[in-house]
This record gives sequence, C-alpha cells and structure tokens, in this order.
Amino acid sequence: MTDTIIEHADNTLQVGTPLVEMEGVGKAYGAIRALEGVNLTVKAGEVTCVLGDNGAGKSTLIKIISGLHSHSEGALRVDGEEVRFSSPREALDHGIATVYQDLAVVGLMEVWRNFFLGSEIRKGRWPGAPLDITGMREIADAELKKMGIHVKDINQPIGTLSGGQRQCVAIARAVYFGARVLILDEPTAALGVKQSGVVLKYTAAARDAGLGVVFITHNPHHAYMVGDHFIILKLGRRVLDRTRSEVSLEELTGEMAGGQELAELAHELER
Amino acid sequence: MSSPVATPPSAPDTRSKQEPVRVQRSLGARILSRPEIGAFAAAVAIFVFFFAIAPPFRSAEALSTILYASSTIGIVALGVALLMIGGEFDLSSGVAVTTSALASAMISFQFSVNVWVGVVVSLLISLAIGFLNGWLLVKTKLPSFLITLSTFFVLQGVNLGVTKLVTGTVATNNISNMDGFASAKAIFASDINLGFISLKISVLWWLLFMLAATWLLLRTRTGNWIFAVGGNQDSARAVGVPVAKVKIGLFMGVGFCAWFLGQHLLFNFASVQAGLGVGNELIYIVAAVVGGALLTGGFGSALGSAIGAFIFGMTTQGIVYAGWDPNWFKTFLGVMLLLAVLVNLYVKNSASRRK
Repeated sequence: MTDTIIEHADNTLQVGTPLVEMEGVGKAYGAIRALEGVNLTVKAGEVTCVLGDNGAGKSTLIKIISGLHSHSEGALRVDGEEVRFSSPREALDHGIATVYQDLAVVGLMEVWRNFFLGSEIRKGRWPGAPLDITGMREIADAELKKMGIHVKDINQPIGTLSGGQRQCVAIARAVYFGARVLILDEPTAALGVKQSGVVLKYTAAARDAGLGVVFITHNPHHAYMVGDHFIILKLGRRVLDRTRSEVSLEELTGEMAGGQELAELAHELER
Repeated sequence: MSSPVATPPSAPDTRSKQEPVRVQRSLGARILSRPEIGAFAAAVAIFVFFFAIAPPFRSAEALSTILYASSTIGIVALGVALLMIGGEFDLSSGVAVTTSALASAMISFQFSVNVWVGVVVSLLISLAIGFLNGWLLVKTKLPSFLITLSTFFVLQGVNLGVTKLVTGTVATNNISNMDGFASAKAIFASDINLGFISLKISVLWWLLFMLAATWLLLRTRTGNWIFAVGGNQDSARAVGVPVAKVKIGLFMGVGFCAWFLGQHLLFNFASVQAGLGVGNELIYIVAAVVGGALLTGGFGSALGSAIGAFIFGMTTQGIVYAGWDPNWFKTFLGVMLLLAVLVNLYVKNSASRRK
C-alpha cells in the first residue's frame, strides 16, 4: 500500500532537514487579519500537526504553503530559499502537494482526468501532444485500489462517487504527486473509522519515506497518533508549539477544547 | 495490473475475493450521457420532417446550400462552444466577424497592398480583440457577459465609424481586382466539386476545424484544462491549471473563428457592409447550447456545436423550401433554445447522479 509513497518520494530527502520554514508569516484579507506572526518548520520525515478551532487560521496557513494565497508579511522559505508562491503550480513544482478540504475536484470530469488534472502524462512535449490516456487510467485505477477504493468505472464522472471516495481520490492524487511535502487539510473529516485509518497509515508511511507532512485537523486523537510536532492556532496566532515529547494527548485535547478558558469556564459553572 | 477499461466485467480478479465486480457502464448509458445526444435526435427529426414535406429539400443542391448556411454559423459556433465549455461566453463574436472582414478589406485597399497583407493584419486584430476580452475578464473578474457586451458595442460603433471615415460610405470598396484576391478566394471562398455534390470550401474548413477541436478537447492537456476551468475554476487552479491562460486562449480561439468567417465573407462578396453581424452572436451561442454546451460551463462538445449549426442551417433553408414565411425562423430558434437547455440539464444531471 505504501510503495507509491516510497517510489515517488524524492530520494535525496534527509530526515530532519527543514523543507518549509515560515518566519513571522501573516496574512490580511483587507482589514481582517487571518494570520499573524506564525513560525512553523516542516522537517523531512516528520509530521507537523496544525490544530485549531474554526476560523483559527489553519486553512490560511496551508493556502500560503500550497500557493493558493501569497503571504502579506514575514518570510516563507522552501529548501532554505525564500519564496513567494503566486500559484499552486509553483508549489507543486517544488514537490509540495495538497489535499484541500473542498478536495479540488471537478465533478463532471472522469475520475482519471481528475486524478491527473494539472499534471497530465503526455506522449511528447509539443503543445498539442496527445494524452497517454491508457497509461493514466491504469495508474489512477491502481493507485485507488491501493487505497482500498473500488470505483465501478474509472471513466465515471467523479461527482458520482461518495464523499469519502472523492476524498480518497484527492489523497491518492496528492500522495502520487507530492514528492517532498504533503499537506493534508482535514483529511479525515468526511471519513468513517476504517477509511480514516487508511489515511493515517498513509500519513505515517509518507513520514517514514522521508516526506515532510503537514496535517491539519480538528481531531487531537488523530493528530497524536501520527504527529511529531504540534501547533495550535487560535484567532490567527500560535498558542502552542511543542514536540511530541513535550506534550501529552490530555494536554493537547485540553488545549484544543479551550485550555485556560475552559478551566475558567468550568470554575465559573462549578456546582 | 489489468486495465479496467479493457477488461470485460467477468474477468477474474485474482487479488481479492471481496472486491466488487467492475462493471463498465453500458454502451447505451454512455451514449445517453454524451453532450450532443439531444441535438443529434433533434437534427434527425428536423431532417426527416423537411425531407417529407418539402420536395426541393431532397436535392443534392439543397444539401449543399444547407451545409453552406450551417458552416457560416458553425465555424464561429465552434469557438463559442469551446469558450462556453470553459465557462464563459462572448457577445462580441457576431460583430467581430465584420470587424475582421472590414479591417482586411480596408487595409488592402487603402494601402494598395496584396490582399494577403490585409488577411494577416486582420488575423492579428481579431486575436487581439479576443486577447483583450480574456485579459479584461481575468484582470477585472467581471462576468464575461458585461465585458463582451461592452466589446460588442465598441466594435459595432468602430465598424460603422471607421468605415465611414475611411470610405465615406458604410461599405468597403470592392477588392476583387487587387493582387492576391484570386489565391485568397481559393483558400477562403472557392467552390469544391466532389462529383456528386459541389460544396463551398467553408464547409470543408468547418469540418476540419471541428475535428481539430474535438481532438483538442478530448485528447490533449489543453482540452482537459478547458473542461476543468469551466467545471470548477477554483479546483482547477488549486491543482495547478493555468486558469488565466486557458480563458484568454479560449477568447482568442473565438477571435480566430471570427477572423476566418470574416475572411470568407470578404472573399466571397469582395466587399463588406459595416453594419453586418449584429445578432449573430446569439445564434452562435444558441447553436453551441443546442449542441449540448452547458451555460454554466464544464460540459459540451465540438461535434455538438456542429450539429447545432446544422440544425439552424437546415431550418433556415427548410423554411424557404417549404414555402413558409422565413420570419418563423426566430420563433423556431427560441423554442429550440428552451428545449435544448432542458435536455442539457437532464443529461448533466444523469451524468452526475450517484451510481
């Protein structure tokens, strides 16, 4: 199941090398500051978990790394070089692949076309070069089977799949194309227990293959199973930043549930 | 690893017994989910109808005339269909045809140069108009309706204003005696005798363009990107599709088609009326929609737009052959559009329904 990750991982990756570094990164949408002064390092062979409530800035954070939005302050470095992505294409060219919360699929297009959208395999390099349709169908089908999804027909529009299946297609695609950094935005949100397990195994496998993984989630239990490094965001600021050895699941859960505020609330409501 | 496409459903799967058996959707289901199916059925029905009631409709000359009428709609409808699959539409395409013809005629005549100079310069002008439409759309993020409506008015004014300034009338001078006219006419507006039928060359160009567009849509990366930007622009961008380039390219494609038809009209008649083309943009859009293109983008086909154009070619001529008042054509246009939108909605829903 994990051979795809090993095959596609950049084999020059050294565990512990910083792949993506953010220093004082912030983003304002007009007058609204969605993110402020965030420091984050994604190292090869580590899973960095970003936790936080709705509106905490998790999505903004990953949109900056994946190239959907460019940051308005601070510095973003990839492999030690300062970058400012103006499109997701540039991030993909750096080996950074993302599974978006909205999955980024085109409902009326076939499953295999969605799988390869933006990174199509062609027979030749000239502008009108034909697509290698048979090859792409076979790869997409094989990759989906490895994730334990059996679509009836790889040519069916992706909109005809269930939410969980679509999510698995999005993950399989990112795993296939993400050679260095894999970003997962709430990958387990729409999944059942069994499929969540598959996703977590993929996350661990990506880490073991030396990729840097950014795992965004609401769920501290899922995060603690695979995470090496935990960051909690609240209202666009970083409120916790610890490695696995410095934090327990209880602390993480407590912090996620509101930490100090929750304790005060409990005290206030004490009977 | 066996290919699910090539393998029949009964092929034994050796890896796991729990795996559900793969079924390929039946041929019937796949045909019914094609964008052009509704238009094809309508085309057959209309053909049979006129064939039955209008005896002059049955001759080879009539077919030639119908195909010619269809090609003058179909060439631009093709560009418009691709643009609509990409999620936008263009109200300026009708007058852009005239702009291209006028520019070509006036440049050749006023500078007394070989007509091919006019042909090439007008191509650049047409592509520039397309580029401008696309660029404004990408930069301002306004709906294409507003942007191309503005272009429509601007070009309509420019066509008449510039022609009057240059020639003093609302038509261009006759260019049939100029250098290169014969060769340009051979390319853009000659008659081709196929033995059993004599066709305008525009019909052959139309079919050639339709095949090229079909190849582009279904077999190339660009085609994949066109469907993706029309189907879900944000998703397409997120996975690395250059959305702005695709949209600008599609508007330039309409520009190219408008240029081609403009040159055909010029070399067919040797002179152009500056007020022509107004209203044709809607006919191109209707032909694309009748051919299965969704107004919201992401679905449609090049062949469909050709069938849509053929339906209108048959009807405009069929009404004449049947001896009816040609004014009924517009009524027919309206009814077809409404029916087509309903059929498209049905096909789209059945294509995206969970199975």
